[in-house]
Amino acid sequence: MTRERSEPEVIEAILEKTGIGESYVIAILQAVQEHYHYLPQWVFSYISARLGVGIARLYSVATFYENFSLEPKGKYVLRVCDGTACHVRKSVPILTRLRAELGVSAEVPTTGDLLFTLETVSCLGACGLAPVLTVNDKVYPAMTPEAASRLLAGLKETEL
Amino acid sequence: MKNQDIMTVNGIPVPLEGESNVLAVIRKAGIQLPTFCYHSELSIHGACRMCMFEDEQGRLAAACSAIPEAGMNIRTNTKRLLKYRKTILELILANHCRDCTTCLFSTDCKLQDLANRFQIEDVRFPNTNTVRKQDISSLCITKDQSKCILCGDCVRVCNEVQNVGAIDFAGRGSKMTVSTAFNIPLGESDCVGCGQCSAACPTGALVVRDDRGKLWDAIYNPDVIVTAQIAPAVRVAIGKAFGLGKSESAMGQITAALRRIGFDEVHDTATGADLTVMEEAAEFLARLEKGPHEYPLFTSCCPAWVQFAEKKYPELMEHVSTCKSPMQMFAAVLKDRHGEKPQFHVAVMPCTAKKFEAARPEFKADGGAFVDLVITTQELIHLIKESGIVFAELEPEAVDSQFGQMTGAGVIFGVTGGVTEAVLRRVSAAKSQNALRSIALTGVRGMDGVKEAAIAAEGGELRIAIVSGLGNVSKLIERIRAGEHFDFVEVMACPGGCVCGGGQPSAHFDEKKARGEGLYAADRLMSAKSSDENPLVANLYGGLLKDRSHELLHVSYGTH
Repeated sequence: MTRERSEPEVIEAILEKTGIGESYVIAILQAVQEHYHYLPQWVFSYISARLGVGIARLYSVATFYENFSLEPKGKYVLRVCDGTACHVRKSVPILTRLRAELGVSAEVPTTGDLLFTLETVSCLGACGLAPVLTVNDKVYPAMTPEAASRLLAGLKETEL
Repeated sequence: MKNQDIMTVNGIPVPLEGESNVLAVIRKAGIQLPTFCYHSELSIHGACRMCMFEDEQGRLAAACSAIPEAGMNIRTNTKRLLKYRKTILELILANHCRDCTTCLFSTDCKLQDLANRFQIEDVRFPNTNTVRKQDISSLCITKDQSKCILCGDCVRVCNEVQNVGAIDFAGRGSKMTVSTAFNIPLGESDCVGCGQCSAACPTGALVVRDDRGKLWDAIYNPDVIVTAQIAPAVRVAIGKAFGLGKSESAMGQITAALRRIGFDEVHDTATGADLTVMEEAAEFLARLEKGPHEYPLFTSCCPAWVQFAEKKYPELMEHVSTCKSPMQMFAAVLKDRHGEKPQFHVAVMPCTAKKFEAARPEFKADGGAFVDLVITTQELIHLIKESGIVFAELEPEAVDSQFGQMTGAGVIFGVTGGVTEAVLRRVSAAKSQNALRSIALTGVRGMDGVKEAAIAAEGGELRIAIVSGLGNVSKLIERIRAGEHFDFVEVMACPGGCVCGGGQPSAHFDEKKARGEGLYAADRLMSAKSSDENPLVANLYGGLLKDRSHELLHVSYGTH
């Protein structure tokens, strides 16, 4: 399901909202990532031609920020916070449990069916709710391995 | 009288005269602060931190990015600064492949030089980059990530000066590299092979592709004769490497050296340039007769420009002259002679992009290339050294007699404005020395990136632009698209023209300028100034080129 087929209309719709210019590159890439869950390679040459910004410069921006991904991501991106507060309140067992249930690892964080991506983040800024995990943009506070497992089962069910 | 603004550097008062940064003031005080990432023609990067100074309060700042102010009292050589510089060097060396003895850049390397200057005797940190990481995909440039110190000079040259944008930083922190988009091989990227990145690189991370091995194979092959042509810009750039100092023409010594290396024939590309002038002038006049064009006629001598146009402005290709470059015209003529043995033709060029041009399918016939090998001035210097030839003691020799005539017009091709001046000499009705001399005063000379001249002609005036540096070309194309009219545009990819080519030994601006002056000096010594005065040219048109000038001297670049 990787989107290597060009879809100019998607990018044009994004450009209409963000504006066209070198200073909008980050906003454009963010919108592209929101749509595809990652940055497909064809997007770079398309944006480069539209903005008059070199592909190498776009690649430079995209690889500078951890948040941009050049690899396809799952429909659900699960982020387990491993900041100091979450870590001391036992975020690692949550991560271990989810990895085991999804069959993913730090090196291969996305499931083969492109449904789930499991990542860690350094801090979500919600330390009072530790340990925290997010699914796409929704925050789940005070998690345990069991609660995380139930959450995952629920997501899997909605996809059946 | 107003007191002059003064800064104090290491206790010595230095007047401020509008310098844009503290580094320039320090250099004016006679102190050569070390830098990796500072180039006066590039934007300020401030990354290497080698040029730090300390003020009276003990504050540190990088001189390249600090604004000079009256009353500043700074020191550049405190104990703390020296310690910091050594630490920076150690940290760079810890992440740098230190195989100096097998590095092409050895003795030209800024890192090596500074490590010596600061007497780095030991690096306390383990080396994390001991294995070469070479990208040999480009015919022009070899990239070695293991020698990169991330100063960004190449990135800024490629983007700011050349507007090519083939490389940029990728990744972040300890994983940062200089990379093409998606880390594709350089040879498959937007790179046009101009080599200005390697000219800016302070280490051996970007070097001219070394093709000496192929040359030696040909020299030792008894079944071929090895012929050479030497481009104008080479002769004014080689002397310094052999202690000759001045940028005057060393054509005689180069010729002598090539014969000693084992070349069977030695020719001067200036002869080929005379043919280019004849063809380009004819094409220009024919085009003018057809009436006004929206776009000017762009010159086609420069292979990096041709590739830049193909990749970035394909719609302009129909306005690029169909003339082959002097190298290719001359090669077509030389290869048209069929002796007992096949020829292996070598072009000695100031240019990395010529290596690409020589390999283009348009310049191959019957499976073989017209130019079998291009070696740059840098490689020629290595060849001479490796042959043990004492260059400074060579008696100058003349090139072979068969094509031994050339004009001053052909010689000045190697500097920005030279092609235009040569064409103007050709089309000028008045051929007296003074008339030709006055062409030099129309604004075609000088090292500026964009020069414009208006030449009186029948039925109005001709507007000419001379651009060097591909970034300047892009700007000029924008002006033309906005409605400005030019009849003729000379383009050279390297700022300053071929004398500043990517294959030349590295040099400061003054030295590059002196190379151009060296070519004009050589021109003054030539009795024939205009290409139509070259008797050999007339002979060729009456003989070998008769009815075949289009076939041998013109090219149609395919769309890529």
